[in-house]
Amino acid sequence: MNFWKKLEQLDRRIIYVIITLAVILPFFFRLGLPISISPEVKSIYDYIENLSPTDVVFISGDYDPQVDAELTPMLEALVRHCFKKNVKVIAANVYNPQGVGLVEPRLKKLAREYKKVYGVDYVFLGWKYGGTLLIMRMGEDFQGAWEVDYYNTRLEDLPLTSRIQDYDDIALVVSLTGSGAYISWIYYAYVQYGQKLAAGITAVMAADSYPYLQAGQIIGLLGGLRGAAEYEQLIGHPSLGSAGMEAQSWAHIAIIVFIILGNIGYFKIKKK
Amino acid sequence: MHISTNPWVWIAFFFTLSVYTFLWKDNFLYKIAEHVTVGVGMGFWIVLWWDQTVVGQFWIPLSTNFGTNFHLIVPAIMGLMMVTRIIPKYAWMSRYALGFTIGAGAGFALPRVIQGGILQQLYATLLPIDFSSTGLGYNLIIIIGVLSSLIYFFFSKEHKGVFGGIANIGIWFLMVGFGATFGYTVMARLSLFIGRVLFVLGDFFGMQLF
Repeated sequence: MNFWKKLEQLDRRIIYVIITLAVILPFFFRLGLPISISPEVKSIYDYIENLSPTDVVFISGDYDPQVDAELTPMLEALVRHCFKKNVKVIAANVYNPQGVGLVEPRLKKLAREYKKVYGVDYVFLGWKYGGTLLIMRMGEDFQGAWEVDYYNTRLEDLPLTSRIQDYDDIALVVSLTGSGAYISWIYYAYVQYGQKLAAGITAVMAADSYPYLQAGQIIGLLGGLRGAAEYEQLIGHPSLGSAGMEAQSWAHIAIIVFIILGNIGYFKIKKK
Repeated sequence: MHISTNPWVWIAFFFTLSVYTFLWKDNFLYKIAEHVTVGVGMGFWIVLWWDQTVVGQFWIPLSTNFGTNFHLIVPAIMGLMMVTRIIPKYAWMSRYALGFTIGAGAGFALPRVIQGGILQQLYATLLPIDFSSTGLGYNLIIIIGVLSSLIYFFFSKEHKGVFGGIANIGIWFLMVGFGATFGYTVMARLSLFIGRVLFVLGDFFGMQLF
């Protein structure tokens, strides 16, 4: 049996082992592969960079634990950037209650790190039933839509949220999602109220989201772990995203080699 | 290296390994992990919806201030009508509640979806063709891509001659689109695996990763 025939009958578990090694070994032997910055990530960075300390960024963690690995690095990078610039942050989980347990501890951790005061520099709203209705209500009466924060404090009693009436008081909404939640934000916040939006989404959905970026319905896009890594590079704080990128690159190289070998093998065997 | 003493990290470590044992073959550990995930997820949703919706949005407002919130009885009755689907004799009642939900949902969505999903996307293809150093003719590629892909999906005329040629160009654009989507999908799946590796190395074994 020749090499190509053997390759065709290769046990799939050997491929799993190779991919596993390609992912794990880069954490021990780093080559320091560069991470280039794409325009769609830079545009979000530039927008937040130009905000003033009185501006508010609303981050909706519309995701659940299944996609935590891709979206939490984005959340951390965005909040870090806002806190560095003293931009105020309101975080919530408009579409996914499972995101509460993922967003709240990260927000608290970063607030401690940057010495931010709850209610003044940031507020966490948690999840509330409503989805699209909640998005629309926020455009009419922000405080009426949420009423209380995650800790049951009325929004009018918190200095930060007491001055938020509607989307006019929010500089940017970022939807971090592993679903089509960001499209609902486009339809109900951008189309109806002209709210500036950005999306942080899983890589699976990234290709489908470029038409919204090209149409100017979102100002920028963070696609998967790569998007998070790029943002971390921009803010000068390599973290979870950047740590995984080298492993990602090596795993991609391994997959490309498999695809090339598989195709060569296919044509060689077909020729015979 | 400092192995975690947090029992929750150990539980997460156990379930992470249990799920990945499926790569070898289906087994008891994987089945435990699978069933626990489904059970915990469902339990979480039921408790949350009960607490936030039935208690938070209905019972508390009604019991604290019936006078201003009595209208909440209407959606509550409609909610109960939905449940009649499990009793065949009264299942017809659920149609009224469903009809309201579908009608209201479509009414909210249609104008915004037409505006955001069709018209604004259409405007975005009406672009100036720019071959300067910044434009590089990208707009022309977008216009050709949109038109040829639309022609490929036009089935009232046989794909022959010039029409067929343009439809073939559309196929190429679609293939590039599928390729990009598949590439991103591979990246996404690896990212999730990397997330678990970061957990095992960082949280469980206590390694400094960045």
